[in-house]
Amino acid sequence: MSQVTMTVNGKTASGDVEGRTLLSHFLRETLNLTGTHVGCDTSQCGACVVHVNGEAVKACTMLAAEADGASVDTIEGQANADGSLNVIQQAFQDHHGLQCGFCTPGMVMSTAALLKDNPKPSEAEIRDYLEGNICRCTGYHNIVKAILAASGQDVSAVAAE
Amino acid sequence: MYDFDFEKPSSIADAVAALATEDAQALGGGQTLIPTLKQRLASPSKLVSLTGIAEMQGVCDDGDAISVGGATVHADVAASGLIPALSDLAGNIGDPAVRNRGTIGGSLANNDPSACYPSAALGLGATITTNARSIAADDYFQGMFETALDEGEIITSVSFPKPQAANYQKFEQPASRFALVGVFVAKTAAGVRVAVTGAAEEGVHRWGAAEAALTANFSADAVPAAPSADGMISDLHGSSEYRAHLVAVLTRRAVAACA
Repeated sequence: MSQVTMTVNGKTASGDVEGRTLLSHFLRETLNLTGTHVGCDTSQCGACVVHVNGEAVKACTMLAAEADGASVDTIEGQANADGSLNVIQQAFQDHHGLQCGFCTPGMVMSTAALLKDNPKPSEAEIRDYLEGNICRCTGYHNIVKAILAASGQDVSAVAAE
Repeated sequence: MYDFDFEKPSSIADAVAALATEDAQALGGGQTLIPTLKQRLASPSKLVSLTGIAEMQGVCDDGDAISVGGATVHADVAASGLIPALSDLAGNIGDPAVRNRGTIGGSLANNDPSACYPSAALGLGATITTNARSIAADDYFQGMFETALDEGEIITSVSFPKPQAANYQKFEQPASRFALVGVFVAKTAAGVRVAVTGAAEEGVHRWGAAEAALTANFSADAVPAAPSADGMISDLHGSSEYRAHLVAVLTRRAVAACA
């Protein structure tokens, strides 16, 4: 066991990890931040996407020890300071971008990473960026609408289909 | 996963020393190795992360070639744009989160028969530099998951000569996002190189008949008929005949895209 220390959602967090401890496991089991979901555990589904030093990564395919000293952002840190939903989260709610909600933390974190680099993505760019996030409920349509809305764009073209 | 020790050295020398431990293994971005460990298909005593070594990071322009640090992630190669075909290839590996972790050195060291990067290294005639030596791509790839690397040897950088024109065509296996077949065509002063990934049981390889035809006449019409299906991979995603057919189709598309 060795100790790791990282900044998680702006706060310092420490814990003991084995070499094999995954970042997803550390977040969920040691820090009790269970919003980061583990869907497939094979880096296919994207439910575990978090940001490490500002970049979207799959927390199930990164060792906790690799994140020692890093800044990690999870779904728990996404809400506004007053606790209300942020723009992306609110858009997912407004446009029914979720049904069971299991994939949603990863979808929201991937969306945040996309909009940071590309504030006004086209529908095609959104669908391409979500290549690594799988949703079994929605057929992606309302997720794409939510992301268009979150980036301040007209969703009527998508809504009409 | 079986447990292992973890080290994250900050220099190549320290990494080489750490890898001297019996059954120690280098860790790039872990996008293949960590899933492999989860399946208990490997049981290293120690993983030595190469992601904390500053001298193995980044892409730089050397004039006639570009040099990519062994621990450079796919997203950084995609963003560099110095060899557009190489950046396009890197930008279509896996998905965005995978591209933020996976490294060029990790991909080349693993030499998955369906990975994209080996075709760029072989197609562009890259030189793979390790802590011990430099290896020409033609000597480096030695069959499925086999390379010229010795135990404990680390890819520190990869040098890609700039081509006159180049293009990579990937027929994607949509579930894994690996290449069902991928073809990298490069037109260089010394002739045309055609490197094929995903297709053959020997792994990445050059298609000599197409190289000769395209060196004489660089046009899509000059691409020969499909190579023999002997030795091509056959699995639930496609027969060996289908893969052989794709090799010719993708080569034609790549040449057309170079024009």
